[in-house]
Amino acid sequence: MSGRVLVGVKRVIDYAVKIRVKPDHTGVVTDGVKHSMNPFCEIAVEEAVKLKEKKLIKEVVAVSCGPQQVQETIRTALAMGADRGIHVEVSGKDYETLGPLQVSKILAALAKKEQADLIILGKQAIDDDCNQTGQMTAALLDWPQGTFASEVTLDADKLKVVREIDGGLETIKIKLPAVVTADLRLNTPRYATLPNIMKAKKKKIANVKPADLGVDVSSRLEVLKVDEPPQRQAGVKVETVDDLVGKLKEAGRI
Amino acid sequence: MAALFKARRALDMAVGRGVRCLSQLAELPELHQIMRQTCKDYAQKELAPIAAQLDKDHKFPAKQVKELGAMGVMAVEVPESLGGAGMDYLAYCLAVEELSRGCASTGVIVSVNNSLYLGPILKFGTEEQKKQWITPFTTGEKVGCFALSEPGNGSDAGAASTLARQEGDEWVLNGTKAWITNCWDASATVVFATTDKSLKHKGISAFLVPMPHPGLSLGKKEDKLGIRASSTANIILEDCRIPLGNMLGERGMGFKIAMQTLDSGRLGIAAQALGIAQAALDCAADYAHKRTAFGAPIGKLQAIQFKLADMALATESARLLTWRAAMLKDAKKPFTKEAAMAKLAASEAATFVSHQAIQVLGGMGYVTDMPAERHYRDARITEIYEGTSEIQRLVIANNVLKEYQQ
Repeated sequence: MSGRVLVGVKRVIDYAVKIRVKPDHTGVVTDGVKHSMNPFCEIAVEEAVKLKEKKLIKEVVAVSCGPQQVQETIRTALAMGADRGIHVEVSGKDYETLGPLQVSKILAALAKKEQADLIILGKQAIDDDCNQTGQMTAALLDWPQGTFASEVTLDADKLKVVREIDGGLETIKIKLPAVVTADLRLNTPRYATLPNIMKAKKKKIANVKPADLGVDVSSRLEVLKVDEPPQRQAGVKVETVDDLVGKLKEAGRI
Repeated sequence: MAALFKARRALDMAVGRGVRCLSQLAELPELHQIMRQTCKDYAQKELAPIAAQLDKDHKFPAKQVKELGAMGVMAVEVPESLGGAGMDYLAYCLAVEELSRGCASTGVIVSVNNSLYLGPILKFGTEEQKKQWITPFTTGEKVGCFALSEPGNGSDAGAASTLARQEGDEWVLNGTKAWITNCWDASATVVFATTDKSLKHKGISAFLVPMPHPGLSLGKKEDKLGIRASSTANIILEDCRIPLGNMLGERGMGFKIAMQTLDSGRLGIAAQALGIAQAALDCAADYAHKRTAFGAPIGKLQAIQFKLADMALATESARLLTWRAAMLKDAKKPFTKEAAMAKLAASEAATFVSHQAIQVLGGMGYVTDMPAERHYRDARITEIYEGTSEIQRLVIANNVLKEYQQ
């Protein structure tokens, strides 16, 4: 048991920004747009740091895949209490097509390399809403997974995870090494303290290329078109229930 | 036509996106950006939603001050060994601006604790004094205040009539101090009193007095126009006895300590004024997008656009002056003139921007449903305290004339 936890942090467009589709419909506008750490990744970092403060784990390593700018996201994780960072350099076209499958291959390779006991990720990213990376990473490593976690309790090498599912809450017990994905109610991420921001300056961020990890980041998916959601149309008011039934039949809904 | 259209689109997007343009942030080092973002997140999530109520209730935000203490914001420049964050003055100015953008009262509470209370003790205190008077005031559990002004003199600081006489192993203080920010919530104060009347301003000394303390009482809380969540009142000293070891710095050093402290303090106020100006600009620009008149959002009207442009220009200019003064201070270079310029520019920007913001909002700017009226009330004091605009002009003029000394 190395006591090492890997936390994935993704740099996404800030949740408060109004998204605009590029005029050529190949994607959304990212230039000059405010970016920040994916909110679910913040929750993941917070959980890892809390485990370290309880002395249940020894080291928190923050990982991010992307171009130079993701270093800022890693630095924010360090300011929240992570011990060191790993920047997996992916840029240009590769970055545009980077998706859960490639990222989970990278995380799996890093988990083996770093001999991690636990990987904590956000349940999904707010830009693509894929909700796949955690599950794929666990599958590639053949590790158990506790997804949509709203409560995590670690006891030696056993993890109790309370999961938020459609029907309510499900409690499972899994053995380390494992993958956990954080849901909204897992915790409330702390504000980085100024002393920790200062300390973050001295913490190391290692640079690594996907090729070094034996991972091919080419994508099997091709984005054909990106469009805004259709404008909401005005509704129609009807006088009686019969009118309503008539209109629904007209529209072919019943 | 195409160029005009493009320019207007650019203004629309820049103003309407409500998003910081990368080029503004690109000037600051990475850690300062992270720190600024942290303070902004805190201010927007924890201060902005309660600011109106705090103002209505004249209520000291004790819980938030403790949280800010835990973040290290109540003692930004204090070294870590004494419990502070160990960051530079630029970081402090960024923090105060973002916090003031959420709540101007909280901004001044943070600023007074950092610049006016911890500042002089850090610079002039003995190691013993630092341990006793600094460390407990870094956590947000306790805040300090600064007592220089008197009912008889504000700008005329050299005419301090509060007296301190030595009696055995004690100093005995007598007099009244006026307009003391934080005093109803403070646990200690830096007080300036005359030890040698014949030496005029060279006969003033600085003292550290715990609060509460026998012989020290507080006047009624002033009912102010703005920054109502921070308390302001008189401090009355009647045979207030303190140990000899409570003198800060050397005897007769008081005026020098006060002036140097205010030099830095005025950057904190400049930062507060910037926060207020920015908040007012945020409010006006957002409204310009949403409010329609004459068939379109009012942001399309040149009258409104020119106002927003002037407001943004005033704020950004003052911000750059403030950053520059802070960077000079951090580089241990002379910064008195630049600090005075920053405080003057920022406070006049705050009053100008908040005034225009109400104008942009029209009737909505006059009612408490929108924060514009609070920004207008909060902004006004920034031209007065920690050196009136008139004093700032004197400081700048003196420095300019010195540069051209014949």
